[in-house]
Amino acid sequence: MGDAQMEEGDNPREIEVSPAFIAVHPAQRSVAVAVGSDLRVYDLTGDCPVSLVDDSAKPFHSDSIRAIRYGASGKLLVSAGDDKLVKIWSTDSWLCIGSVCCEKRVSSVAVSNDGLFVCFADKFGVVWVVSSKENVENQALPDKKAAPILAHYCSIITSLEFSPDGRFIVSADRDYKIRVTVVPKNPLDGAHEIQTFCLGHSEYVSCLDFIHSPDYPHGLLVSGSGDSTVRLWDVTSGSLLDTCEIGAKAELSVTDGLEEEPCHAITDLCTCSNGTSIALAVQSLKGIMLLNCNPSAKTLSIAKVVLIEGETLIPTSLGTSLSEGLLWMVTGISKLQGFNHSSLARVRAVSLPEDNGQDAEPVLLRDDEIPGGQKLLERLQGSVSIGNDVFLAAAEALKTAMRSLLIKKQYSAEKREFRKRTRNDRKLKN
Amino acid sequence: MIEKETTSTFNKSTGLPRKRFYRARAHSNPLSDSHFPVPLSPSQFDYSLHYPQLFPASSDDDNPKRIQFADIGCGFGGLLVALSTLFPDKLMIGMEIRDKVTEYVKERISALRTTNPSQYQNISVVRTNSMKYIPNYFEKGQLMKMFFLFPDPHFKEKNHRRRVISPHLLDEYAYTLAVGGIIYTITDVEELGEWMKGCLENHPMFEALTEEELENDPVVKLLTSATEEGQKVARNGGQTFQAIYRRIAPSL
Repeated sequence: MGDAQMEEGDNPREIEVSPAFIAVHPAQRSVAVAVGSDLRVYDLTGDCPVSLVDDSAKPFHSDSIRAIRYGASGKLLVSAGDDKLVKIWSTDSWLCIGSVCCEKRVSSVAVSNDGLFVCFADKFGVVWVVSSKENVENQALPDKKAAPILAHYCSIITSLEFSPDGRFIVSADRDYKIRVTVVPKNPLDGAHEIQTFCLGHSEYVSCLDFIHSPDYPHGLLVSGSGDSTVRLWDVTSGSLLDTCEIGAKAELSVTDGLEEEPCHAITDLCTCSNGTSIALAVQSLKGIMLLNCNPSAKTLSIAKVVLIEGETLIPTSLGTSLSEGLLWMVTGISKLQGFNHSSLARVRAVSLPEDNGQDAEPVLLRDDEIPGGQKLLERLQGSVSIGNDVFLAAAEALKTAMRSLLIKKQYSAEKREFRKRTRNDRKLKN
Repeated sequence: MIEKETTSTFNKSTGLPRKRFYRARAHSNPLSDSHFPVPLSPSQFDYSLHYPQLFPASSDDDNPKRIQFADIGCGFGGLLVALSTLFPDKLMIGMEIRDKVTEYVKERISALRTTNPSQYQNISVVRTNSMKYIPNYFEKGQLMKMFFLFPDPHFKEKNHRRRVISPHLLDEYAYTLAVGGIIYTITDVEELGEWMKGCLENHPMFEALTEEELENDPVVKLLTSATEEGQKVARNGGQTFQAIYRRIAPSL
C-alpha cells in the first residue's frame, strides 16, 4: 500500500534535502551546526574549532542529521537523523560516549534535565529513551539499547521537550497534536500516564519550547505550527492560553512580491534568556520575528521583526544559550540539486536587549562582532562564500521538502477513485 | 430515478436500511492520511448534530452531559442499538473508519428514532480513525466504557502496529477512560485474543475484572449476542476470546 502511495506522490524518490540546524551550549561555551551528515562544532571558551572523536565501532553519521541538542547542564551534545543513528557526545572531551541504532529515521531528540536520559523520536511516532550515563569502568563502549516509552500513532514527531521542572515530556506531531506525558520514575519502563493533550493547531506542529518563569515551575509551553500561529499553553491542564497570528505581520515584511502564495509556516522557535522573548523562524521571512510573552497575563504579542538586510537569509534553525543575550541562527541545506556546493550554511547572530524596554533594540551582529569571529564562521559555515541566488533556491527546496513531509496530501475525488480501482486486492481478481 | 433508488435501500416493513446496499471491504488502512473532518478538540465536537433531541441547537442552556460510552470500530452498530435501551440516560458513540458502514449506522439510528420516538436519542456514529483522533473527541477521564469488539486481527507481524489494541494506544485509552471505567475486548481469533489480553495485563493502568464482576455485568453478554460479528461466530459455532479490564490509578 505504501508503494502505491509513493507512485502517486508528486516527486517520488526525489533526493530529500535537509535543513541546517544550530545548537548553542547553555553557557555558550560552544556552538554546533549540523548540515547534511556533517556536524561542526566551535569551542568558544578555547576559541578553536573542535574535532569530534568517535571511537565507537559504529560509523559517523552517514546521512542527514535532523536534530542536535545540548543537555541542560551542557555536558552532553546529542545528534541524530536519517541514518537511524543517535550519537551522544561529551562536551568535555568531544568523545562519542554512546551510539544508539534505531529502526527508523530519527526526527527529534531531547535530553532529560538531570542529563541521565536521552529521548529521541522516530518518523513512525515512537519516542525512545536510552540511559546516557557514561560507562566509566567499561572502556569498550557497549551498544546502548533504547526502550520505547510512548508513541503517537504513526505520525512524524516534530519536536520533543522536557518541562523545566522535569515532570513532563512534551511531544508534537504532524497530526496537529501536542501530547504532555508524565515522566515516570524509571523512564525505561515506559511513560504510560498522559497528563493532557494540547489541541488547537490546525496544521502540523513544527516546534516547541518552554517559557521559564518562576511563577510557573512546570513552565508555559509555546508551540509554532504550519498554520502560521504561535500558541501558549498550560501544560498541566492542556488549556490554550493565547494564540498569536503572525501571518499579517510577516506579510508586511515580505518585500519582494515573488511569491504568489506566501507561506508563513513557522519552522523553528526558541525562547530567549530574558524569559519573555520568543524568537521565530518563518518560512517566508528573511530574518526573525520576536514575540513577547507576558507570563502573568498569559498573553503573546508580536514585538518586532528583525530583517537581515543585504543577504537572503531565511533561518532554518535558531539557538540561544541560557546565560547570554545572544540569538544564533543558521540557514542552510544539504543535497541541494543543480548547484556546485551540495551543502551550504550561513550563521548569524542577533544581540537581544536584556530587559524589554521600549527603546532597547535587537542588534544584528556583523560577522566580525560574533563571538569567535571569522574562525567560528569558517568552521560552522565551511569556507566557501555563496551567492544569494543559491540561498533563494535553497529556501524554495526546503519549503517544498517540508511541505511534502508534513502537510497531508490532498487528492481529488477522481484521483482517489482511480487509486481505489488500482488497489492490489482488486488487481489479483482480474 | 435517484429518489426511487434511495427509498428502496430501506426495508419496507421495518423501515431499517438494508445492509446489502452498504457492503464495504472488511479492512481499512488506519495508517493512511484521513480526508474526513475531525474536531480540532473535544470542545468543538457538535453534540447538537449527533443528539438533536437532547441538545437542541436553539436552546441556550448548555447540557453538561457528555459521551460516556464509545464503541470503537462499531461496524453495523448492533451493540450501540442494544446498549441504547439498556442505558437510556448515557450518551454513546460508535466510531467507524469505513464510510459506507458509517452511513449504514447513521441511517439505522435515524430509522430507529423515527419508528420509536423518544428512544434511541442517546446513540450516534461518527466516521473517524480512532487510532489517530481519540483525544480530539474525548476529554481526559470522560469515558466510562470503551468497546473493541471483533477488531481487524492484522495477522502479519509487519502489520501488528495497525492493531487497535497495542501497548502504546492503551496509554491513550487509559487517558480517556475515567478511573473505574471498563474496556471490553472480544475476538474470535485466538492469537489476537492473547495479544489483547497480554497488552492489557502488562499495562500498569489496567486490571482484570474478577469472574464474579464479569458475571454481574449485563454488558458482557451483549458482546457476543448483540454484535453482528458475534452472531456470525455463534452461527458458525466458533469460539470467542474476551479480555475485560478496569482502568485503575497508576501506582506511584
